[in-house]
Amino acid sequence: MVKEENESPNRPDNTAFTQQRLPAWQPMLSAGIVIPGFVLIGLAFIGIGVALLITSRNIQVLELDYTGTEQNSPCFQCSDPDKQNCVCTLQFSINRLFEGPVFFYYGLSNYFQNYRRYGVSRDDGQLYGDLSYFKEPYDQCEPYRYDRNKRPIVPCGSVVNSLFNDTFRLFQIVNGQQKEVPLDGKGIAWWTDYNIKFRNPTVTPLRNAFNGTVKPLFWPRPAYELDTSDPANNGFINQDFLVWMRRAALPDFRKLYRRITEGDYTNGLPAGNYSLEIAYNYPVLSFNGRKMVVFSNVSWMGGKNEFLGIAYLVIGTLCVVMSVVMLIVYAKFKFPEEE
Amino acid sequence: MSSFGLHCARKKEPELERKLRANDRQYNLSFKYATNAIKTSKYNFFTFLPLNLFEQFQRIANAYFLFLLVLQVIPEISSLSWFTTVVPLALVLSVTAAKDATDDINRHRSDNHVNNRKVQVLIDGKLRSEKWMDVQVGDIIKLENNQFVTADLLLLSSSEPLNLVYIETAELDGETNLKVRQALPATGDLGDDVSKLAGFNGEVLCEAPNNRLDRFAGTLAYAGQKYALDNEKILLRGCTLRNTEWCFGLVLFGGPETKLMQNCGKSTFKRTSVDRLMNVLVLCIFGFLALMCSILAMGNYCWELGEGSAFTLFLPRQNGHRAAFSSFLTFWSYVIILNTVVPISLYVSVEFIRLGNSFYIDWDRDMYHSRSDTPAQARTTTLNEELGQIKYVFSDKTGTLTQNIMTFNKCSINGKTYGDVLDRTGQRLEVNAHTETVDFSFNPLADPRFTFHDHALVEAVKLEIPEVHAFFRLLTLCHTVMAEEKKEGQLSYQAQSPDEGALVTAARNFGFVFRSRTPDSVSVVEMGRQRTYRLLAILDFNNVRKRMSVIVRSPEGKLSLYCKGADTIIYERLHRSCGKLMDVTTEHLNEFAGEGLRTLALAYKDLDEDFFLGWQRRHHEASVAPHHREAKLEQLYEEIESDLLLLGATAIEDKLQDGVPQTIEQLSKADIKIWVLTGDKQETAENIGYSCNLLSEEMNDVFVIGGNSPEDVRRELRNARECMKPGAAEDCAFLPATTLGKSARAIADEAVNGDFGLVINGHSLAHALDGSMERDFLRTACMCKAVICCRVTPLQKAQVVQLVKTYKRAVTLAIGDGANDVSMIKVAHIGVGISGQEGTQAVLSSDYSFAQFRFLQRLLLVHGRWSYLRMCKFLRYFFYKNFTFTFVHFWYAFFCGFSAQTVYDELFITLYNLVYTALPVLGMSLFDQDVNDAWSFQHPRLYVPGQLNLYFSKMAFFKCALHSCYSSLVLFFIPYAAVAQAARADGRDLADHQSFAVLTQTCLLFAVTLQLGLEMSYWTAVNGLFVVGSLLMYFVVTFTMYSNGLFLVLPSAFPFIGTARNTLSQPNVWLTIGLTSILCILPVVTYRFLLILLRPTINDKVMFKARQAKASPPPLPRRTRIRRTSSRRSGYAFSHAQGYGDLVTSGRFLRRPAQPRPSALAHAGRAASAFSPLGRSAGYSPTGRAQYVKAREVEVTSLQMYRTVGDDAREPPR
Repeated sequence: MVKEENESPNRPDNTAFTQQRLPAWQPMLSAGIVIPGFVLIGLAFIGIGVALLITSRNIQVLELDYTGTEQNSPCFQCSDPDKQNCVCTLQFSINRLFEGPVFFYYGLSNYFQNYRRYGVSRDDGQLYGDLSYFKEPYDQCEPYRYDRNKRPIVPCGSVVNSLFNDTFRLFQIVNGQQKEVPLDGKGIAWWTDYNIKFRNPTVTPLRNAFNGTVKPLFWPRPAYELDTSDPANNGFINQDFLVWMRRAALPDFRKLYRRITEGDYTNGLPAGNYSLEIAYNYPVLSFNGRKMVVFSNVSWMGGKNEFLGIAYLVIGTLCVVMSVVMLIVYAKFKFPEEE
Repeated sequence: MSSFGLHCARKKEPELERKLRANDRQYNLSFKYATNAIKTSKYNFFTFLPLNLFEQFQRIANAYFLFLLVLQVIPEISSLSWFTTVVPLALVLSVTAAKDATDDINRHRSDNHVNNRKVQVLIDGKLRSEKWMDVQVGDIIKLENNQFVTADLLLLSSSEPLNLVYIETAELDGETNLKVRQALPATGDLGDDVSKLAGFNGEVLCEAPNNRLDRFAGTLAYAGQKYALDNEKILLRGCTLRNTEWCFGLVLFGGPETKLMQNCGKSTFKRTSVDRLMNVLVLCIFGFLALMCSILAMGNYCWELGEGSAFTLFLPRQNGHRAAFSSFLTFWSYVIILNTVVPISLYVSVEFIRLGNSFYIDWDRDMYHSRSDTPAQARTTTLNEELGQIKYVFSDKTGTLTQNIMTFNKCSINGKTYGDVLDRTGQRLEVNAHTETVDFSFNPLADPRFTFHDHALVEAVKLEIPEVHAFFRLLTLCHTVMAEEKKEGQLSYQAQSPDEGALVTAARNFGFVFRSRTPDSVSVVEMGRQRTYRLLAILDFNNVRKRMSVIVRSPEGKLSLYCKGADTIIYERLHRSCGKLMDVTTEHLNEFAGEGLRTLALAYKDLDEDFFLGWQRRHHEASVAPHHREAKLEQLYEEIESDLLLLGATAIEDKLQDGVPQTIEQLSKADIKIWVLTGDKQETAENIGYSCNLLSEEMNDVFVIGGNSPEDVRRELRNARECMKPGAAEDCAFLPATTLGKSARAIADEAVNGDFGLVINGHSLAHALDGSMERDFLRTACMCKAVICCRVTPLQKAQVVQLVKTYKRAVTLAIGDGANDVSMIKVAHIGVGISGQEGTQAVLSSDYSFAQFRFLQRLLLVHGRWSYLRMCKFLRYFFYKNFTFTFVHFWYAFFCGFSAQTVYDELFITLYNLVYTALPVLGMSLFDQDVNDAWSFQHPRLYVPGQLNLYFSKMAFFKCALHSCYSSLVLFFIPYAAVAQAARADGRDLADHQSFAVLTQTCLLFAVTLQLGLEMSYWTAVNGLFVVGSLLMYFVVTFTMYSNGLFLVLPSAFPFIGTARNTLSQPNVWLTIGLTSILCILPVVTYRFLLILLRPTINDKVMFKARQAKASPPPLPRRTRIRRTSSRRSGYAFSHAQGYGDLVTSGRFLRRPAQPRPSALAHAGRAASAFSPLGRSAGYSPTGRAQYVKAREVEVTSLQMYRTVGDDAREPPR
């Protein structure tokens, strides 16, 4: 039978795709790949793990709990919920230079900022400076939407209402004198938060925008007076406020409070005695929460993080061990080549 | 078809009887009968959206998502934004809607096409061409040859004698043979006289529209007379007029009221076992979802009681929600969040993958048959993966295993064999395409297509050896073939059985040309001389006689009886003097049979004039005898067919299709059991069984079940079983019942020692299929390697398939080519039609079709296996990725007060399935292959895992879930531990929710992508592009969505602004991603590697080999036809149907000259052989009538020619 030159249109095309003959790489879990791969990955992980661990070890961290539930705690008297405007002082000492820049965090535990209904209880329209939401806040803000007199709360919602309001002053005790350590409250929030995501209404002065509204119930001062020292750090772009609004993923969290970068402390906190003056306002005892302050410095990979280093070491070691096991099994069984 | 359910259901008050008057539209319109317009489309422009949506929401997955959507509207519950559900749902709905719309547009088109067909209608005394849809009840219409019948008609008159018309009813009942309808003489007299017809005012009173195809009752009142109407006078819509120049009919039922339309119920919808498993799994998932949600709701209850009741200072509970109510809301909130375990995109993806894999079948050049120009076709796109799980193949024989072409291959004349080609040393040579063929140019009447290789036979004819001449004379005279000579010297034969055609054609080429016949004569050209023999009697063939004889008087006046028949039968009637010749011929017969040839013995005898006259007189008496006519005739036949002189034997090759033995061998290596179900008789079937390797001499035993009573059959079956497996218990072992199955309990497979075959004939099969014995039969049959059922009716074919389907938890495939295979094709899980042989009935009802049986091995071993592999890989991975995705939420619940807080960004949740992970897994399921097709053929055992459901089962699903559980633990707790107290490099805290979300979702995406990489064993460039592209896409989309620009455009929609930048720039984030990725795949790699080493599967072994070989394996060695010497004897070679000698002598079917063929169609005919075998379905008239009596008059060739040409034009009767 002579084959015709011009093929019938019914005959399928002879392409690699239609005939399922596309060139392909067919990897297989062969001993030649898996065992050396495991060794390599294991060694790499061990290397990274060691580096991480060393780095992490070099980071200094100082954690101070000031919840005040214990009798001997300086803040014990402040933990009484009836007590208003209580101030307590925490004494601590540093025995070697706490290298700068030092970051000053506050930490809360057993605090469910990640509770869904807590999280949605905010009005992004308000926070974006949209005045129309000032009159009628978002309904998810309940019960912090209107006050008893039906006046709209701005900013509304649980997240805003629960703004952390303890304040701290740090003093170095030099020769028995308290020398205040300057705390830098700038640059603690994300750039995108205070430049784009949050906005004050374009009304000057800012307080006029809040006419007819009331401040959140728990707040001592209205939003436009959050930072009395710096008019530009007020309203919705107040950095403490922004840090709080970026709610935590987990019930135990810490948030950046201040940076210690100025004056005599550019290089860090020198060894010596310090006292931390705490304006104790924020109640946590009702839900068994705890409060703490943390001083820490950072490395290229961030703050102290032992976990990553250890995890890398463990996994790396596991890889190496497994590769040895595989090698033994392989040597014993080989690949059956009979048949 | 399904659309008809709707259509038919919409009925007004039931019509009890129908009254109509011909040519009186006014009168008929008063009854408001349906016109002839049909509507199979479901929607129009305006109803499409509501109706289609309504239908789609009837699917459980869609309804579920709609329910979720409703939940999301409730603010107390809504834990996700509406778009997370709406976007996927909208996508799924619109894809399906688009598909439905295109389908419906096609239906509209086909409706329009059918409705706008033209037909001649008698209106106002004139014939006018009208559209079908304008035809009304009571109209008289004129049909012409090869036209479709417009509506259900009462036949009035026709061009043919006796007012007959011939119709083909293939579209109604699948029978390819023609049927006859006859008009009442009273109306038949109207003829084609238009004025008379216009004046016809008969009134019909008949039954109301119904779906009974075989019955019709009514009366016609005309000219003061009343005539009864029955089915014989009705032409049904869907039939085609054949071999009838014209006919007139009165429209009784139109359009939707026609029997065809009333019959189109819902066609059965086949589902694959993976489908069924998937449904079960989805139900399980629903249960699992409910369980998870309950656990979390309970967790919420406890949390509310403990922590929550304390944590009210900053999070006041509205209206003082109590814990119980809160946990109730939480339940529903988690139903929303965890909805991704019930993947809506699963069904769409599965359909898509199947579609892709179906295209591969359509595109496969190796399944394209160039001689018939037929590519393989996947007619169903929903069954692909089941092709990889076939355990039982039920095959038809004729036209499927064999070509249904008989060739005269060898013969033995007077003790000498002809047909073998010998070389100089006397060694037998293999006949191939290059072997020199015999030149028949000396004979102008020879059939050019006939080939023969042995020159000795021609020489013998030319030498005028009397035995050789007698031999061929017998072949020219003793048959019931019809000859047709359209042009001088161009003969074509129409034979009842292809064997006869082959014999007559052989004789024709050797110079004994059968030219024409009349009821009492046969004209032949013997070696160039025209001779006419008087045909005195035909002693016809039947199943008992197994022989036929003719008594002829030669032009010289010599009386002779020529007889051909099964050798055993003939031998009993030979003259004593033939003893020596008998021995030699027996040897030859054994030799022929050993080669799988079909043999006949030929004998003759000269008759004494006086004796014959006496016999003839008695014959005449017997044939009119009132009692015991059959027995008397039989006795007379016996009397005259005695003392015959043996002439020799013929051997006909029932040509197997190419590659059939190899295919069968391959399939049986793949543990596929092949059952041949054939209408042929036992010897024939057995023979073919041997020649196609199904049965072999090496088998320990081949059991033949031939009992005629139930007891015999039962005993034979038990004996066979006892023989195969001594002590086989009387009761069969059942497999444990499936939890959800409502079907009968499955019978376990039983192992036997050795290979056995089973042959069972029709009678015994009827008993064996009886309810009380079917399990016995099934057990015995399933212990055998090969099963051949002979003399099976179409219904029994379906019953056998159904039996296996019922009691064996196995996937069945039926393959056939004829209308008689339709039933089994429909019953089996997968039906395969062989196209291009015997009409298109089998193909039209099949799921897959191709031209040659041998393509079956490619369909199963390559396409089926890959499809199954791909589908299983897809499902495993799909469940894995979705479970992993979802379980992370579950773990997170324990840290967020069970508040239904999501871990990921909502945008990520929306796009995860649709964008980020869709293409890589689709790529895998469209391209993946473990080893290429050549290796698949080399190692048919690769097919076995599919039969055992190894790749995807409940167990595999459970493993997936466990694996996901592990991965999600890693994916939640590693980031948790890594960032809980971590700070960024610039000192800011890292553990805010948005950063955590970005970190976890990135980890997740890396982990599932790596896992996919592990699953994928065939990385094409496309796969690489999909995988890398999807990851890149994630970053591009994430950075875009979290960009300042988009936030400024729509602040409320993009709360995650800046998170990507701020988070993904941190080194410890990337360290965490690396850690989770490695930790996710490390155990998998270890486990798989060890598994390959310790317990390698067949796939691993072959993959390893393929890797070693790198190059493709050498092509399969072509097996040469095994020559067997065997004592088996094939005494067959008649079609098993009763012969039609009666017809030949009655002269009834010679009344009409054959129709000239339409020349336009002449080129496409299957004029491959001069004789045209009648559709085999002729033998299986379900009504028991001898259909072929009428069908004889049909020119089968042109009929089938029409079909090949006309298929495209024909509208499916939707």
